[in-house]
Amino acid sequence: MKYMILVAETEKEFAMRNEAGTAAFEAFMAPWFAYSSALAQAGVILGGQALMGPETATTVRIRDGKRIVEDGPYADAKEQLGGFFVIDVPDADTARDWAAKAPTSSSGHTDLRKVMPFDGEA
Amino acid sequence: MPGDTQESHALAEGIARTSYGKLLAILSVRLRDVSAAEEALSAAFEQALKSWPGNGIPGNPEGWLVQVARNRGVDRLRRQTVRDRIEPALALLAEEAAETNPDELFTDDRLKLLFVCAHPAIDPAMHTPLMLQSVLGLDAARIGSAFLVSPSAMGQRLVRAKTKIRQAGISFEIPEREHLNERVEAVLAAIYAAYGTGWDGDHGADTGTAGLADEALFLGDLLCSLLPSAPEALGLMALMLYTTSRRDARRSTQGAYIPLDRQDTGRWNRSMISRAERLLIEAAAFDKPERYQLEAAIQSAHVKGRLAGRPNWPAIEMLYARLLELAPSLGAFVSHASALAQMGRHEDALARLEAVAGEAGTYQPYWAVRAYCLRQAGRNAEAGKAYDMAIGLSEDASVKAFLGGEKASLGHAG
Repeated sequence: MKYMILVAETEKEFAMRNEAGTAAFEAFMAPWFAYSSALAQAGVILGGQALMGPETATTVRIRDGKRIVEDGPYADAKEQLGGFFVIDVPDADTARDWAAKAPTSSSGHTDLRKVMPFDGEA
Repeated sequence: MPGDTQESHALAEGIARTSYGKLLAILSVRLRDVSAAEEALSAAFEQALKSWPGNGIPGNPEGWLVQVARNRGVDRLRRQTVRDRIEPALALLAEEAAETNPDELFTDDRLKLLFVCAHPAIDPAMHTPLMLQSVLGLDAARIGSAFLVSPSAMGQRLVRAKTKIRQAGISFEIPEREHLNERVEAVLAAIYAAYGTGWDGDHGADTGTAGLADEALFLGDLLCSLLPSAPEALGLMALMLYTTSRRDARRSTQGAYIPLDRQDTGRWNRSMISRAERLLIEAAAFDKPERYQLEAAIQSAHVKGRLAGRPNWPAIEMLYARLLELAPSLGAFVSHASALAQMGRHEDALARLEAVAGEAGTYQPYWAVRAYCLRQAGRNAEAGKAYDMAIGLSEDASVKAFLGGEKASLGHAG
């Protein structure tokens, strides 16, 4: 079964993206490297990406045939989507266990969504 | 005085939540049929919701529910034409006439039901789930998750097991001495599983198992008084008491997990510890050390070592080695390796871990102990990978941070 783990980070965590090269950045990234490395060693990861901060977001809508473009940051939420992983695991409990282990589960929060299966895919 | 509807509903709900298991046990023993008892009990709850608001809440609501459910059960049995139904119906009527207060019987009834659930005619894999449902009132979904089975599959298996109890005509009595021992093991396993489930639920949000650990302690206590010469029953009780004695000390005020070696021993429950010690000594007099006694002895060694300020790793290592001969498990292998590592025997510890590498998978303690051993052996690159795995598999941010610090210091070492 495929699941998407969506990690929601706090403003402070997003700010770390501009600290590359510092000790604070290394300390911030260490659990993320460990997490993705554990996903890889366990052989469950299919892919994933980290995202730049919400200020780089753009929302696009077409209304009445007109393109409406809004630059971020959108929706004034405390925690914003910071990245995602796609994993392939035997069941929902295992997926939940992995989601709980994401560093954001202790700082911001982590969402878990089941990927829609197509034609006999589990 | 007629009670109001809200109050009646709240009370019925409260009883269903806290006493469902024991009421079901009383009725199962009376009706000699767990499924029939479930039906009768839910009918009684339904009747309570209708009757209490108008007629007032009875003085002994639990007794009322048992009475109503039992009458329902008797009616149902009377309607049955099958011959084997007549005998229990008659026995029940005789009993009803003789009995006074149903509450007086229930401690014994729960034990009887425990032994019924552990009958050899029932699939051994279903002994514990069946006890958890019929004696402690856990639902199929919760039991399923504890046994890694889907709720619907667990529900079906439970129904099959209950049908088996009825069809096999299993006696609802505590078995005679010679049959007792073969079933005690299953009863102990079920009590321990219930305890473990309650313990896990302790820090989880709304798992509906709060109080289950206390139920397990209650049943363990009963079992000890019923079987004072069963050393493993005493051992299990001691084990549960040691663990429970640290309940208040294992979480900080912020809820962070505190490992044993950093707990405030002033918050340990000393009277539980001394009771556990006494039970363990009583059990040792039988000179039959088995799984639960060994696990309790390991707890005892940890507690004494901590209080003395000097851990007794050789004793702990020896107890784990013995435990592994009797009941090998991944957890015991890793704990044994950890004790060896603490004694400086890293190569032995690594060999121990190697033996279970294939099944270690995502078991976090395996990776944490492996990282520590590899580090001690100077194999830093491998240790780093093992630390990553251990950090990635931890849920607790403070555990992640601790292991992260250990990993970071590898770089400086070599």
